[in-house]
Amino acid sequence: MSTATETPPRRRLADAHVSLADRIGEPAFRILCGLAALVAVALIIWIAETIFDKSGSAISKFGVGFLGHETWNPVTNNYGAATLIYGTFVSSLLAILIATPMAILIAVYLTELAPRFIRRPVAILVELLAAIPSVILGLWGIIILGPFMENHLEPFLHSFLSWIPLFSGTYSPLGMLPAVLILTIMALPIITAITREVFQSTDPQLKEGAYALGATRWEMVRMTVLPTGRPGIVGAVILGLGRALGEAIAVTQVIGNVAQIKASLFQPAGTMASWIANSYQSANPGLGQSSLIYLAAILLVVSLVVNIVARLVIRRTGRR
Amino acid sequence: MSVTTQTPPPPSRLTGGARQRRRKNVNRLMMGVSTLAALIALAVLALVLVDIVIKAAPALNLDFFTKNPVPFGQTGGGIADSIVGSAILIGLASAMAIPIGILVAIFTNEFAPPRLSSPIRFALDILNGVPTIVTGIFIYGLLVIGHTQSGWAGAIALAIVELPIVARSAQEVLALVPRSLKEAGLALGLRRWRIVLRIVLPTAAGGLVTGAVLGVARVAGETAPLLLTSSIFSNLGITTNPGVALPNIPVTIFTLSESPSPQDHAQAWAAALVLVAFVLIVSLVARTFNERSRRKIAD
Repeated sequence: MSTATETPPRRRLADAHVSLADRIGEPAFRILCGLAALVAVALIIWIAETIFDKSGSAISKFGVGFLGHETWNPVTNNYGAATLIYGTFVSSLLAILIATPMAILIAVYLTELAPRFIRRPVAILVELLAAIPSVILGLWGIIILGPFMENHLEPFLHSFLSWIPLFSGTYSPLGMLPAVLILTIMALPIITAITREVFQSTDPQLKEGAYALGATRWEMVRMTVLPTGRPGIVGAVILGLGRALGEAIAVTQVIGNVAQIKASLFQPAGTMASWIANSYQSANPGLGQSSLIYLAAILLVVSLVVNIVARLVIRRTGRR
Repeated sequence: MSVTTQTPPPPSRLTGGARQRRRKNVNRLMMGVSTLAALIALAVLALVLVDIVIKAAPALNLDFFTKNPVPFGQTGGGIADSIVGSAILIGLASAMAIPIGILVAIFTNEFAPPRLSSPIRFALDILNGVPTIVTGIFIYGLLVIGHTQSGWAGAIALAIVELPIVARSAQEVLALVPRSLKEAGLALGLRRWRIVLRIVLPTAAGGLVTGAVLGVARVAGETAPLLLTSSIFSNLGITTNPGVALPNIPVTIFTLSESPSPQDHAQAWAAALVLVAFVLIVSLVARTFNERSRRKIAD
């Protein structure tokens, strides 16, 4: 008798626990979320697969030689990426070379120097630079920066530094130098934002230790903030580089879009990304389009490598 | 009184000396340069924004928002078609990217074991690092070559750009939901999916919305994916059918900026002002709101 009255409640509890909605909803919801995650991961593979597939005819025609070949001639259907790879790396590396020291200095200002009440607003404003759409920076580059380059900055650089081949030759509103400056503006907020976070996480005891030894503020930064933040800065710089390498629109607006290798920064050039944006409409169906997609494939590989390295570096520092 | 004989104090090792002076000067120099760097960055932002406002003013009037573009050479006209097109493209892209992004975040934060969630986070970061022109080429190769450009192609390209942004910010927000709330749900015998729908999502709602809005602000200015997928328009005028290429603000600015005509430039600046005002206001508001909602979740 007593056992018979004890069993039903337990069963009823189990029934209430797994209602019909739960029995269907729980796995269905899990599967839905899992599918979404699968989509995100599969997208990368799909992008890579499609791009290598669609560039197949150019890859089989030109092979790896595409990378070292300097001509881009739609008339003879003869394509090579050397000038554009050169343009991509020169423009991005120079931009990073300018942006990195500036970003570190701004981060020092924002974490050590600025009065507390302006730190957040200034940080937000600097990061807002990254929110300006690239097409608008490009518009500004064409109409404001270009003429300024041609009439003021380039003659100025030339008058002092004409013995360096970088600053020789005729002035031009469109060319490598404005592209470098626009890319600097785009990379700067990215590098600054991460560097600032890295600096903020410096152990305060280390900083106090440096001060206790009689260090000035700059010496404290040099002794504690910079060395402990170095891996984070490296990660930030590589991320900024990735952003600069892949920028198409703003660069195509200001770089002049000529596939050539010139020592002078005043001369027009082209990058892989800018070249795709500039010439996809006029590309010959078939090999011309396929060669442009080959460019995208190179760009994809480069940016994947750069981003993976950057994330790994940042992850390692995060764990420490 | 005892200090009447005013002998000058011996040169202190702490305040005097050439070495100390140099150290102080280096310090002053570096601090000055740091401040200058911050000022330059702010000045560039101010310069770009002021230029946009000044250059946009002449072309900005009611017609600019309500009229369609006029053929080359004529004066007047506006960008009504581009505003409508951009709204449709962004709406479609967000309708795809925001739900998927939040579901991905729920999966990594609530369901997946760490062994699985960590690679997914990594994949999202990598996806975020893919140049947008490559995303454009992907959709171009997939949907445009052999067919035509279309609003759908453009919206899907934008969605791919938006997805990792939304997912990553949603992950950060979901991570802030206190464990104790979820444990309370578990103690009541709730299943995980009910905990997610009834407890986690309502708690995180504010943060999720602002994260999604930041994603929208980010793709609103994206040009590269649209240039390849939705940039060649068959007719001037408002188009609402995503089956054909939709005019949109970023591509319009791009095309006008490449034109030699000063009148087109004026239109480009005005369109730039509309776009930049939208993007900056939305991101500023979302950021401030974000801070607040995050603090609220954690409380």
